[in-house]
Amino acid sequence: MENYNTKTVATIRNMDFSQNGTAILENVNLEIKDRDSLCIVGPNGGGKTTLLKLLLGLLKPDRGEIRLFGLPPEEACLRVGYVPQYTQYDPQFPVTVRDVVLMGRLDRHFGGPYGKEDKEAAMAALAEMALTEISHKLFAEISGGQRQRVLIARALAASGELLILDEPTANIDATSEAHLFEVLEKLNQRMTVLLVTHDIGFASSFFKTIACVNRQVVIHPTSELTGELIRNMYGGDIRMIRHDHRCSGEGHCRHGIS
Amino acid sequence: MEFLNALSDPTIPFFRYAFFTGLLASVAFGIIGTYVVARRISYIAGAIAHCVLGGIGAGLYLQAKMAVTWFGPLSGAIIAGLLAAIIIGLVSLHANQREDTVIGALWAIGMAVGLLFIAKTPGYIEPMSYLFGNILLIAKTDLWLVIGLDAAVVTIAAVFYHKFLAVCFDEEYARLRGIRTDFYYLLLLCLTALTVVLLVRIVGIVMVIALLTLPAAVAGNFAKGLWQMMITATGFCMFFISTGLASSYTLDLPAGPTIIIIAGLTYLAVLVGKKIIPNKFR
Repeated sequence: MENYNTKTVATIRNMDFSQNGTAILENVNLEIKDRDSLCIVGPNGGGKTTLLKLLLGLLKPDRGEIRLFGLPPEEACLRVGYVPQYTQYDPQFPVTVRDVVLMGRLDRHFGGPYGKEDKEAAMAALAEMALTEISHKLFAEISGGQRQRVLIARALAASGELLILDEPTANIDATSEAHLFEVLEKLNQRMTVLLVTHDIGFASSFFKTIACVNRQVVIHPTSELTGELIRNMYGGDIRMIRHDHRCSGEGHCRHGIS
Repeated sequence: MEFLNALSDPTIPFFRYAFFTGLLASVAFGIIGTYVVARRISYIAGAIAHCVLGGIGAGLYLQAKMAVTWFGPLSGAIIAGLLAAIIIGLVSLHANQREDTVIGALWAIGMAVGLLFIAKTPGYIEPMSYLFGNILLIAKTDLWLVIGLDAAVVTIAAVFYHKFLAVCFDEEYARLRGIRTDFYYLLLLCLTALTVVLLVRIVGIVMVIALLTLPAAVAGNFAKGLWQMMITATGFCMFFISTGLASSYTLDLPAGPTIIIIAGLTYLAVLVGKKIIPNKFR
């Protein structure tokens, strides 16, 4: 890609993380370049969500170093647009779509009603995600795919440089999924995209890099993605749909650990 | 009609005070109750309410035994409520497991402390008044207390509306946007404690949690958002308290349980109504 540059967005060096005495992640090394589109895949319980939370500064590593934009994650997390799984929300919580998106502006807001600039940013994010018409609906009344887009709009309203999505393809239908990847492709022109998923067959053509997480992290450019690799990751055969792959500018293969 | 006469009857001023205290307290109940219901922490609010008995007991004991005149059951209740809110809040924020067991233990310990103090206080004190409410305990000063609390709750809820909304809806995301979520959570629990203390004398410790959550739970079926839910809940709370007091006077029933029965039946009726004609709601 022409505009692929080598600025680093995030680095993880020699990191270990354990919970209640069980090692979740071991000796992780990861470097995310600007405008990269990275897919984190792996089996359930392999440490994908933990890796996200470590990157965001919500968890602290036992050993090693994590840097976001060259800073400790808790100092840099305002520059990240985070999209959690929509299924984690209380389905009865009385909040409108617009108010959810405005939460992306919380750090710029001190008290009372939101300012004009914040409202404009929220409406622009809603428009970008084609949600303007349902902005006054309750978050509880809209469909799963729409909720997913609301959460992306919230991340956009925060105007970060790195977009992190946790399992965005879980529990949405095929049309919503196709739409999601159209949107991500567009956003990837101006920001780095990092996505966690446990099904990888779906749209590897979008991703430049794949990180396989199963206690250890192994990086592959998408050109390397083969059935054998997936079998190693999941410890068994899974069905895979073939796509045409597009490789990253570097076309390299860095192994964190064998 | 009989009820309106009672309100203006100079020989029973406590009834008038109870009525207006209840109406005014509905504002704080509507707002705080909405947060408690939306954030699903009525169990935590219940524990705080029961711990208040410890403070009431300590207040009565100190007043009678140590002749500490400035310290009474109300100051004891406020201090115990705030203390319980902070301890229970910290437990629910930091205890990774068995949170419900710890909170259940604090709930019981708070009540036990109160009953021990009451047992050791000279003279006979009826714990039933505090557990199930007694409108005879309401005095004119309570009106001023309620007005003060309403002013504080409305101001804080208006200034920090969006922060509380974010902390209740999605605490993790709020933290990532640089919000001190622990602080706002504890502030919310402290406001819950103060609100609970105010109406303990009308409906009692055991039932106050129903008056905090039922109006908001009913309102939640109609409201289009959090602040609309607060206003609707305030209206329902006023309705429950006034109709409850009126029927208790007319039918010669204890006020607290009457109010709670009306609130509970309304809630159940709304739930059933929603099943039968779902389109009439929202």
